[in-house]
Amino acid sequence: MTATATSPSGSTPIFQQKRQMPFPLNIYQSAIGRKWVMALTGIGLLGFVLVHMIGNLHIYEGPARMHEYAESLRTLGGGLVPKTFVLWLLRLGLIGMFVLHIHSAYTLKERSRKASDKADFIGGAKKYESKRDYVAANYASRTMRWTGPIILLYIIFHLADLTWGLVSSEWAAGDPYHNVVNSLSNTFIAIIYVVANIALVMHIFHGTWSLFQSLGINNPKYNKLRRNLATALAGIVLVGNLTFPILTTIGFINEDNRVCPPGDLECLVTQAEAH
Amino acid sequence: MSKELDLKLKIWRQEGPNVDGKFETYEANGISEDMSFLEMLDVINDNLITTGEVPIEFDHDCREGICGTCSLMINGQAHGHEKATTTCQLHMRKFDDGDTITVEPFRARAFPVVKDLVVDRSAFDRIIEAGGYISVNTGAASDANLTPVPKEASDTSFDAAACIGCGACVAACPNSAAQLFTSAKLGHLNLIPQGQAQRFARTETMVETMESFFGSCTNHGECHEACPKEISLDFIAFMNRDYVKAKVKNRKLAGQK
Ligand code: HEM
Ligand code: SF4
Ligand code: FES
Repeated sequence: MTATATSPSGSTPIFQQKRQMPFPLNIYQSAIGRKWVMALTGIGLLGFVLVHMIGNLHIYEGPARMHEYAESLRTLGGGLVPKTFVLWLLRLGLIGMFVLHIHSAYTLKERSRKASDKADFIGGAKKYESKRDYVAANYASRTMRWTGPIILLYIIFHLADLTWGLVSSEWAAGDPYHNVVNSLSNTFIAIIYVVANIALVMHIFHGTWSLFQSLGINNPKYNKLRRNLATALAGIVLVGNLTFPILTTIGFINEDNRVCPPGDLECLVTQAEAH
Repeated sequence: MSKELDLKLKIWRQEGPNVDGKFETYEANGISEDMSFLEMLDVINDNLITTGEVPIEFDHDCREGICGTCSLMINGQAHGHEKATTTCQLHMRKFDDGDTITVEPFRARAFPVVKDLVVDRSAFDRIIEAGGYISVNTGAASDANLTPVPKEASDTSFDAAACIGCGACVAACPNSAAQLFTSAKLGHLNLIPQGQAQRFARTETMVETMESFFGSCTNHGECHEACPKEISLDFIAFMNRDYVKAKVKNRKLAGQK
């Protein structure tokens, strides 16, 4: 039931829906459906951010435990599946969610830009000739189209830094504790982590509120809690993730008392068993 | 004795749809604080006519906040800074003597400027035409109150029906989205028993017509703040839920084609 709309006077449609795809793909053809996809993938990514942060708290247990935790991710699924099989499933899921999230974000931004006179290219937001006076839109909501790409760039950098070891020559496979301390003791890199996580938290702050609206989860009894949840999630991620760069910079997370040489995995395993 | 204001106005002037416009500055002196914003513009226009200049075009009709014809971005806010009022209800006592006030038309690609401050909001009519009515056969006139309507449903439906279709929500939206208007029109009919027969068909066609003209909502909430009838954002959530439901249900109704 594609609406073909023409106007006798000035306004013309900015967007004509092409042939309807079969269900459920037709849902993704509409802007509201795309917002559903953004919200659902947003929830998935949010879950990842939380689990990732909580997992990283193992760093406070020292190099051996950190190695053990990293190894436990690779052996998820136990002996039932090949090593890193489950981890790769999770990774593929994550990549899929990122692709859908970014594709819907970008295409919806383009629609809004087309629907607005004088919209700016990157933000896609409409401009008036005179100064706008916003009442409800906050800094977080107006910068979603900036914080999103910042997160993306940060993730790529983060992978290059700690997963692929492309940033430092002292990177050692399988020894995340060493790699984190080595990377974050560089103040410049620590600042990148702080700034990117502030962007992430702003994204989460608006996103968490926004996703309830997008999915139509609305109940007068609980509506007030949506802002509180957004603040709580943003606060938890902010505090949790910022402890790593900050505590490394001030020297609380360090390698002074390390027993095993960096990258000596056998030694790390023995150490963890000795605990 | 009511206070009088001397004001400076920067007003958008544009001769027609396809020409460039610009701000012109006008003085409005001795404006009574009891005047509405539109009456203040009338005074400026009187002066313009006396001096042989072209008066400023702006939309207005009822001048009592019920028709949805008046518009205007006043100092960067749709219908001005006063909450829950249309421009015709905005009193000059809300401004201070010596203020400079900037007046611009509502802007969106779907609301092209016709002249000066007048914009064409007929894209809203396209959305209404797509399903903003009940057209099922209901038989002969029945007794009053034969169809029981839960109080909450009728109250909420009435809240939605308060929308006067002014377009301030679109004007205020950084995305030029028409979610608040469309969801109000849907909420009005979809919440009551009489609207159920066409609920999902209506939701689908009205949303898709809306999407062909307007931008995509990012839940800023500016529309609600600008809305003279304080239409709730909750209606947008209902619409988002009903649209996806509609996609599933209409498919079932069409025999899973
Ligand atoms: C781990 C990272 C991320 C998380 C947890 C996340 C989470 C979210 C959530 C929950 C929403 C709200 C969805 C809705 O309104 O229904 C959202 C919206 C959005 N995201 Fe993300 N996102 C992430 C990464 C990204 C990336 C990498 C980009 C772009 C390159 C991006 C761009 C956007 C945009 C433009 C919006 C729409 C803003 C709006 O509707 O107000 N996000 N995100
Ligand atoms: S929802 Fe409010 S702002 Fe939008 S058209 Fe209706 S009355 Fe005007
Ligand atoms: S002129 Fe009718 S609502 Fe303002």
